[in-house]
Amino acid sequence: MRPFDLAFDLNRRGVLAAAFAVASAALVRGARAGAAITFEGLYKSFGVLGYEFADGVRALAGQEVTMIGYMAPPLKPESTFFVLTREPLAICPFCQSDADWPLDIVVIYMDAATPLVSAGEKVAVTGRLAIGSWIDPETGFVSQIRIEKAQYHRA
Amino acid sequence: MRLSTLLLATALTAAGTAAAGAQTIYPLTRAEILVGSKFDFKVEFPGAPAQGAVKVTINGQDPAAVLGQSATFVEKEDGLEHSAYWIRGASVAKPGSYTVEATAGDKTAKVTWEVFGTEARKAKNVILFIGDGMSVTDRTAARILSKGLVEGRYGGELAIDDMPYMALVSTSGTDSVVTDSANSMSAYTTGHKSCVNALGVYCAKNKSTLDHPKVETIGELLKRTYGMSVGVVTNSEIEDATPAGVVSHTRKRSDYNDIVKMFYAVKPDVIMGGGSPNFLPKSIPGSKRTDEENFVEKFKADGYTFVSTATEMRAAAAEGKTKVLGLFNTGNVDGAYDQKFKLGTTSKFPDQPDLAEQTRIAIDALSKNDKGFFLMVESARIDKYKHSLDWERGVFDTILLDNAVKQAKAFAEKNNDTMIIVVPDHAHMVGIIGSYDDSLPGQTPREKLGVYDKSKFPQYKPDANGYPESVDLPVRLGYTFGSYPDHCFDAKPHLDGEFVPAVAGAEKGTFIANEKYCKPGSVRVTGNLPAEANSGVHAADDVLLTAMGPGADVFHGRVDNTRVFRAMVSALGLGQVLAAK
Repeated sequence: MRPFDLAFDLNRRGVLAAAFAVASAALVRGARAGAAITFEGLYKSFGVLGYEFADGVRALAGQEVTMIGYMAPPLKPESTFFVLTREPLAICPFCQSDADWPLDIVVIYMDAATPLVSAGEKVAVTGRLAIGSWIDPETGFVSQIRIEKAQYHRA
Repeated sequence: MRLSTLLLATALTAAGTAAAGAQTIYPLTRAEILVGSKFDFKVEFPGAPAQGAVKVTINGQDPAAVLGQSATFVEKEDGLEHSAYWIRGASVAKPGSYTVEATAGDKTAKVTWEVFGTEARKAKNVILFIGDGMSVTDRTAARILSKGLVEGRYGGELAIDDMPYMALVSTSGTDSVVTDSANSMSAYTTGHKSCVNALGVYCAKNKSTLDHPKVETIGELLKRTYGMSVGVVTNSEIEDATPAGVVSHTRKRSDYNDIVKMFYAVKPDVIMGGGSPNFLPKSIPGSKRTDEENFVEKFKADGYTFVSTATEMRAAAAEGKTKVLGLFNTGNVDGAYDQKFKLGTTSKFPDQPDLAEQTRIAIDALSKNDKGFFLMVESARIDKYKHSLDWERGVFDTILLDNAVKQAKAFAEKNNDTMIIVVPDHAHMVGIIGSYDDSLPGQTPREKLGVYDKSKFPQYKPDANGYPESVDLPVRLGYTFGSYPDHCFDAKPHLDGEFVPAVAGAEKGTFIANEKYCKPGSVRVTGNLPAEANSGVHAADDVLLTAMGPGADVFHGRVDNTRVFRAMVSALGLGQVLAAK
């Protein structure tokens, strides 16, 4: 049974239904696909003194890529911004001050404000790959790898 | 007689404060303050009165005369509706009872502090072991898993139990019945109780988390008095609450980047744990800093040997290094279960050290200082695994703590000049209520649970280090949790990875059962915690302290957590040194 099949109140079910409708529409409308990258293949080295992205991933910077992962609990039900993680996260990285968010995350910037699915959902994201240190002006969140002008659908 | 007088005095003080209903004085009433130790004295006057409209005295005198520093006064501090009277870096030179009165208009607040001295030094070294979140149940379970239980008798003693002195320790903070690891560790390292999330400060109204009234930590005290060596060893991130408590002053334990700076300011000689990203400048991928400071390089420039694997740690020890910074994982170091079975992050970090070996190496390095040493060793993930309702991993890390304590006892045996304390920082609500027996009829956990005469002795087979070769036995310990979020429960160990009982729900800030575990044979358990909880919570139950060595005889009966600090500084005779300064 999926989380959204549980007995939520009608209002919430309505919001969820709308979210999935938009997400599905994005899939149908977009029909975008790029070179597939994976969490497993992101790095060529990963140690306590930092990490290095794999050469193949670096080579795709600026190009259209598709990546599958889990949507971290979003800040707002509708946003242009969410965090893609390798495993489903129980917590919202920003909601709990001492949250122990993982290092191997990819920040997703949508091409438009989009309803986000609830956490624990596996999603496929397509957009333009960006690599390099970037501080989000709104949240102050520091990221090293992003997928921009993105769209997503449930995987 | 003395006790009833004290209680009466306290009642009067409390009544006086309540009647005035106004000023707040830090340190709070009934504070126990080590003579000569440093603290920030602060009074907050609501309504933001002018300096001329307030009066502060200590035992009827000008506070500056008693505290050795002059006062400052800030109207509308931080733009808020209060005025603040500060004496930073204060200390009291003579033991005794001190009554502070703060008056504004017709309102007077009054608190009483006990300033204590100590006898002469009894112990050369102190080793403080923290079993984070370790309840009595964990000791029992660790004994069953690692020593065996036959016809009601154990196959051996745990090192943590086999000690001559024992006390119940109460852990509540100034703000709440149930506390967290920051506040509870702060009580051990400063002797002052504080509030949830705070380290080395009282919780005042200051807006900046770094500007609350500070109290001196044992790490700072030992460095500035004896020049003793200090070690901080954990398997959590080194910035996490318990290790941070040795050096830190912040209202918010998650100030990791500031906490790294505080480690650098105090410079414990041995620092070992996880959490490297907060040491790296932000330009390095994998950094969590927001500035360009490189603390790995800064420590190295100050003579530290940097190690990132168990092999490098051993090499540093073989070379006789006395200043070591060890960061072995970007997050927490993997626990004993995941290290044994090559799970968790062991594929990324295949050569992480074991807490027991770290303890031995830390003692070797620190004991080269003739002036003595203080070492704090934490088995951090007992607590973390219990938050995630993963008891087997929690008990493995209790056995890990026991193995680390064995190393300390072996060292202490040589000279009998080392005080060893083993203490949890707070409890969880857990208990052993029987054993799960797969041969019982039925499909669900409650049908498989044998209680009373049906609670068979499980046959765990420990390896040379006391860790069972398997926890997936047909008869398993019935270790249960009393606080939990919504989750699916099958009474079986999580062989592939740490249990994640709940995930975020559709409504922001709420959590629901993780469907990954909702399979045939499991039951859906409705959480008994607020929906905002994603895991089990701490409990206010007293915790069990065991201790040995010079000065440890003060532990008996029930004590407040602040008495752990008092016992350590008394064993080290710190009051005499500070009073003479």
